[in-house]
Amino acid sequence: MSGEPLLEVRGLAKHFDPGAGLFGRGGEPVRAVDGVDLRVATGETLGLVGESGSGKSTLCRAILRLVEPTAGSVRFEGQELTELSQRRLRPLRRHVQMIFQNPSASLNPRKRVGDIVGAPLKLHGLASGAELHRRVGELLGRVGLSPEHLGRYPHEFSGGQRQRIGIARALATEPKLILADEPVSALDVSIRAQIVNLLQDIQDEMGIAYLFVAHDIGIVRHVSDRIAVMHRGRIVEQGQTDQVCEQPRDPYTQELLAAVPVPDPREARARRSTGGVGG
Amino acid sequence: MSGAPLLEVRELAVSFNTEEGSVRAVDRLDLDVAPGEVLAVVGESGSGKSVTALTLMGLSRGPNTRISGSVRFDGIDLIAARDEELRRIRGERIAMVFQDPMTSLDPVYRVGDQIVEQIRAHRETSREEARSRAIELLDAVGIPDAASRADAYPHQFSGGMRQRVMIAMALSLDPSLLIADEPTTALDVTVQAQIVALLRELNRARGLSVVLITHDIGLVAEVADRVAVMYAGRVVEQGTLDEVFYDPQHPYTWGLLGSLTRIDRPRPERLPQIPGAPPSLLSPPQGCHFRPRCAHEFERCAQVPDLEARLAEAPGHLDRCWLDPVEKRERRPIEVDGS
Amino acid sequence: MRGALARFAARRLASMVLVLLAVSLLVFAIFNVLPGGDPAVRMAGKIPTETQVEAIREEWGFDEPVYVQYVTTMEKLFSGDLVSYFTQLNVTEEILKGAPRTFALAIGAAIIWMVFAIALGLYSAMRVGTLSDRLLTVLALIGISMPVFWLGILLSHYLGYEAGIFPTGEYVEFLDSPTQWFWHLVLPWFTLAVLFIGIYSRVLRSNILETMDEDYVRAARAKGLPERQVLLKHVLRNSLIPIVTLWGLDFGAVIGGAAILTELVFSLQGVGQYTAEAIEQLDVPAVMAVTMYGAFFIVIFNALVDIAYAALDPRIRLEGRRQA
Repeated sequence: MSGEPLLEVRGLAKHFDPGAGLFGRGGEPVRAVDGVDLRVATGETLGLVGESGSGKSTLCRAILRLVEPTAGSVRFEGQELTELSQRRLRPLRRHVQMIFQNPSASLNPRKRVGDIVGAPLKLHGLASGAELHRRVGELLGRVGLSPEHLGRYPHEFSGGQRQRIGIARALATEPKLILADEPVSALDVSIRAQIVNLLQDIQDEMGIAYLFVAHDIGIVRHVSDRIAVMHRGRIVEQGQTDQVCEQPRDPYTQELLAAVPVPDPREARARRSTGGVGG
Repeated sequence: MSGAPLLEVRELAVSFNTEEGSVRAVDRLDLDVAPGEVLAVVGESGSGKSVTALTLMGLSRGPNTRISGSVRFDGIDLIAARDEELRRIRGERIAMVFQDPMTSLDPVYRVGDQIVEQIRAHRETSREEARSRAIELLDAVGIPDAASRADAYPHQFSGGMRQRVMIAMALSLDPSLLIADEPTTALDVTVQAQIVALLRELNRARGLSVVLITHDIGLVAEVADRVAVMYAGRVVEQGTLDEVFYDPQHPYTWGLLGSLTRIDRPRPERLPQIPGAPPSLLSPPQGCHFRPRCAHEFERCAQVPDLEARLAEAPGHLDRCWLDPVEKRERRPIEVDGS
Repeated sequence: MRGALARFAARRLASMVLVLLAVSLLVFAIFNVLPGGDPAVRMAGKIPTETQVEAIREEWGFDEPVYVQYVTTMEKLFSGDLVSYFTQLNVTEEILKGAPRTFALAIGAAIIWMVFAIALGLYSAMRVGTLSDRLLTVLALIGISMPVFWLGILLSHYLGYEAGIFPTGEYVEFLDSPTQWFWHLVLPWFTLAVLFIGIYSRVLRSNILETMDEDYVRAARAKGLPERQVLLKHVLRNSLIPIVTLWGLDFGAVIGGAAILTELVFSLQGVGQYTAEAIEQLDVPAVMAVTMYGAFFIVIFNALVDIAYAALDPRIRLEGRRQA
């Protein structure tokens, strides 16, 4: 791991102002992200675990400036992103891509798969014509789909396949960092492992770093080198995965870990008889 | 847990006529629920688990639906029952809790009123009596300040609290069977643990039978007595909790158990995965539905395997796989010691 | 919770005043300021004499600065003192005479159209896909497509003139003869209602079909509620909410004089008819007055609709504030 982290976030905050409309009379701003520090090194996976309302999705969007941060700094390869104009930001976007939770909602149903995957290449002027065609086919193959599929529409695919299309799109510009926001939560259990393994294979091959965001601590633990636990807009604990999971220091982390169902009947019975969780 | 089953499902088949053809969502299902037990029905999308749940309540009836088979509940066949008979059973003797508590409660009525409505639909009770019962129930499921919360609207509750409201409502007439269709899927893991604990408590304390429908096999270890695993419209394995977890017989069950992440064990290099995807029910594979994804398939699999007990020592442990038990134990890729 | 609704209502009514103010500015600008030429000449009528024009200019202050003109115009509009230079009649009085007739038309038609729309919409939805449903759909489309004046004239001619069942027009004061008052309004009510029945029954039908698929309807059945209760208490209640708001807006418009054609065909001499005549003659004071009259009702019903919506759908008035 080299000196400078790939992504460094400091004091990032995003506050929403309620009551701007006709109904509320104002009041407390919603602190969706309330001063977050984190960093991701080149080629590593930082897992971000949080429940609904923790602010993890807003955090992803704020990092990419899909929503404008209220405060804080986001440095990518040493460059401060928050101060750039949208125009200056655009070329940097090829290095940081995002995978979304709902594979049905994040693919334009009216566009063909080939166009969806090829769009980032076109946008950044990285390929056109026959070369574009070839690269799109390659990308589809990389994610386990047939290159012939590029003429089809998203609805012709299953949920797992659509997520693969989303991954292919994210890979198109050969990014250095991918923000994966709940990439497997909407998928069937038997498909999740496929996608998780695919993401790991891609990382091994291409050295992409991930910010892997999910509410399922089991999956996050599996993929991450380091883990950050988010609660109500703040990171309450951060560190090496094994350390955080085996010796959690923050009470919320402990609560989260204790709540994970143990898929082992004898274990579960034992825990209950010693006055375990959820009793 | 002896004696007559509370619910007896035999040869249940449900097909839907869609524009693209006939979809066989449930294919000759047999299931039993004993009084006081928790039966978990585990399956993914397309497994037929939710359709089964709805069919038990008679909620899948419609012009495009064909239902056959029998569902015996306390001497009555729910499939053959007339609408009025079914209506009386629903909510009073069999109750159901749905997946998304936000959309399962009518947004324009107060929560207490929705419980009162259910009570008064079945019993001659005064409004005051029904209301005090509603408050009692909300309290019993752990909603703080129940008396004033009964006047709140659904959107004023958090997800976990809304689910508790649904459970309270389901219990209002003291049913003997509760069907819970993915009750925790839309909830956070900390809340999920509480709801599961609540269900377990209700089962133990009141002898309430529960059919818990879920895609999360990891969840059932906390609460189930018996487990039925469904795939593409059929039960592929069925047995006690320990039997299914510690001696799984069907390759699909191996896949499901294998893909679980266990935070109490060291991380594997790679998550074991099941290749492919659940089949389209418009044109399911011939023979065993799992065959296209199965690493152990052979010629006999072209014939639909019977759901049978193949282990002499476990007559209640059924599976739908032609491999003989010795083969299965050898080929099983996961550790099942659990010790 | 009551407080939230009251505060919302207060805010809505306050913004109403602002809208009316804006409308009055627009009315003033459109009729007196924007068009080129001499407003006094415009007002004076077809064959104005020099003295008339001079008198008008004096009275309305057209030599004064614009804002003074505005104030004068508003004063005249609201003082009840406005006289039309064509008819020599007091505009406000004419409007007040016409208003009860327009009200009678509007209220009667509105009740009829709501009752029928709900009945037909519900019936259609319950029997979706059957012959009756398709038949009703066709009828609704016919109703929507029939021009009001065409229908009105047809009915008036065949049922009125030829068959003699109904009177062909004119309005009878309620106090003079309640039965005649009623009888004279039947055809106008029906004519006006047909269009709305067509639209509303379709909208309701589609709302109902959508609501039937909602999770809470399925959950209500799972509770063992009788089907009728599920339909009326849960499905209909939720499906009607958008209809109520539509109704408020349409009703506001009709009361504000939008049923011009119906009033004309049946010679009801209501505000709508008055509006038509004023426009025809370019009778500026009258047109300004009816515009303000119409705007007032539309705006107030708009506000009432918003408030009603908040009252019917608790999610709207009680935003935020999650507890427990």
